[in-house]
Amino acid sequence: MLKIYNLHASVEDKAILKGLSLEVPAGEVHAIMGPNGAGKSTLGNVIAGRPDYEVTNGSVSWNGVDVLELDPAERAAAGVFLSFQYPVEIPGVPALTFVRTALNAQRRQRGEEEVTAPQFMKLVKEASKSLKMDFDMLKRPLNVGFSGGEKKRMEILQMAVLEPSLLILDETDSGLDIDALRIVSEGVNALRRADRSMLVITHYQRLLDYIKPDRVHVLAGGRIVASGGPELALQLEAEGYDKYLPTAA
Amino acid sequence: MSASAQLNLLDPTTYPSRRVEAWKYSDLARVLRDAPQVSPTANVGTAGAFDDIADTVVVFANGQSDEASFTAAGKQTLALRFVSDATGTAHSARYDVRVPAGSSVTVVESYEGAGSAYASHVRLTYVVEAGGFLTRIVVADDVADAVSIVDAEITLAAGGKLAQTVVSTGAKLQRIETRLAHYADGADARLDGVYVLNGSRHVDLTTVVDHLAANGTTSQLSKGVARDTSRGVFQGKIIVERGADGTDARMGHHALIAGERAEIDAKPELIIYADDVQCAHGNTVGTLDESALFYMQSRGITEDEARALLTTAFLGEVVDRIEREDIRERVDQWLTDRL
Repeated sequence: MLKIYNLHASVEDKAILKGLSLEVPAGEVHAIMGPNGAGKSTLGNVIAGRPDYEVTNGSVSWNGVDVLELDPAERAAAGVFLSFQYPVEIPGVPALTFVRTALNAQRRQRGEEEVTAPQFMKLVKEASKSLKMDFDMLKRPLNVGFSGGEKKRMEILQMAVLEPSLLILDETDSGLDIDALRIVSEGVNALRRADRSMLVITHYQRLLDYIKPDRVHVLAGGRIVASGGPELALQLEAEGYDKYLPTAA
Repeated sequence: MSASAQLNLLDPTTYPSRRVEAWKYSDLARVLRDAPQVSPTANVGTAGAFDDIADTVVVFANGQSDEASFTAAGKQTLALRFVSDATGTAHSARYDVRVPAGSSVTVVESYEGAGSAYASHVRLTYVVEAGGFLTRIVVADDVADAVSIVDAEITLAAGGKLAQTVVSTGAKLQRIETRLAHYADGADARLDGVYVLNGSRHVDLTTVVDHLAANGTTSQLSKGVARDTSRGVFQGKIIVERGADGTDARMGHHALIAGERAEIDAKPELIIYADDVQCAHGNTVGTLDESALFYMQSRGITEDEARALLTTAFLGEVVDRIEREDIRERVDQWLTDRL
C-alpha cells in the first residue's frame, strides 16, 4: 500500500506540493489528474527520488517502507518504478545491457542472485514480443533515435522485466498516436496484479479509456482537492478543471 | 628544433617551462627542478600484458635494452615494454621502427611503472614507407608521482597508413607527444586518445600533424575524464602546407569533468596554407548528464555504477575505433578496470 501523508515539496525553493495526502491500496490503479502546473509530475519525481526535489514536510511509505529515506536506486529495488514522460536517451549503452544491468543491480540490492544471460534473454524476448517490438532495436543504445512510441514501449518492457510493485506512469500518453497508445495501454494492463499498485498521472481522460482506474484524484494547487470513481474523469473531461483552480480574489 | 627533441633528462637546461608555448600546460622545469641521478639497472620478472599476442617482445628496463631498432616484414605484432622501476632517478630510451612498403605492423607500447618519483623519457621514430601500415597502441600506466615523457616522430610516405590509439591514466606529469608528417600523397592517419585521471594526475596528449603532400587524411578523436584535482591537457595542431590540396583533416576532443577541482585544457589549432582542403575541429568539456544519471538510478542502478557505465560508454567511442578485436578488448578491459 502506498501512503502519502501531508507531503510538501519544493523545487528551487518554490513550493509545489502543499500538503498532499493519498493512499493507494495494493492491486489498485489510481489516476492523478489535474491542470498544468498543479504538481502532477513533481509527485512522481518526489516518490522516485529525483535530486533537486526537496521534501520539506510529510511522509511517503510503500509497503511500510519510508521511501524518502532511500536513494533512488534503493527505491527501485524496493519496487518503485517511475515511467518518465520523456524517457532519457543513454548514448553508448545498448538497451539490452541497460535493462540487464538494472535488473541485476536491483537483485543484488535485494540480496538475490543475478540472472544469467540465457534467463535474461528469455525474459526480454517474451516482453518484446508481447509489446510488438523489433528485438534488434534492443541492441541499439537505449532510446537514442527511438520514436516517442518506441520510447514508451521501452518503458513498458522495462516494467515487465524489472517487475516493480509500484508503477508511476507520468503522462504516458503524451506523444503517442492512437495505435501506440493502445499497445502501450495493453502492455500496462497486462501488468495489473493483486500485489501491484499503479499511479497513472495524466492531464487527459483519453488514457483512462484504456487503463481503467479504480479511483480518480484531482490534484490542484499542490494538494488532492477531489477524489472519486472513474466517473470523475469523465466529469473533468466535460467540465474542465476550472472549478478546482484558485479563484482570483 | 622543438623543445621535445632537445629534451635530455640529465640536463636541466633542456627542461621546457611554461614559457615555451608547446609546453605551457605542462611545465617540466617546475616539476623537475634538478637533474636526477641515472636510474640503476632493473630486473623485469613478469610477463607483459601483450606478450602473448606479440611476435616480438622488446623490454626496456629503466631505459636499458639490447635492441635499438626494428624493421617489420609482412604482418607482425611488436610489443615494446618500457618498464620503469626506480625511485627518484631518471632514465631514457630510444627506439626506431621501420615499416617497409607492403608490410603491416602493430606496435603495442606499454609504459609500466613501479617504484616512485622516477623520470622517464622515451623517444621513438616510426618510418612508414610507401603503402606500409602501422598500428600503434600506447598504454601508459605510470605511477602517480612519476614524470613520464614519450615523444614519437612518425613519417608517412605515399599511401602510408597510421592507426594510433593512446590510452593513459596520467602521472605527476605525463606527456605523450606525437609528431606526424604526411610526406607524400595519399597518406592516411587516425590519431586517437583516451585518458582517465584520478587524484592529482596530469596528462598531456599533444599531437602535431603536418600535411606536406596532397590528398592526405587525418582523423583524430580524443576523449577523457578528469576526476578529483586532476588535469587533462589536449593540444592538437594540424598544419596543411601550401600544395597539400585535397587534405581532409578532422579533429575532435571531448572531455568530462568529474571533480570540482579537476581541469581540462584544450588547444586545437588548424593552420591552413593550401586551398581546396576540408578541415574541421570540435572540442567540448562537460559533465555527465544529470537526467541520464537519475534515469538510470530510478531503474535500480546505483549512482557509482551509473557513472561508470556512462563514462565507459562515452570513452567507448574511441576504443571502438581500434580495428583489431583482441587488442580492442584488452584496451577496453584496461580502461574499465581503471574507472
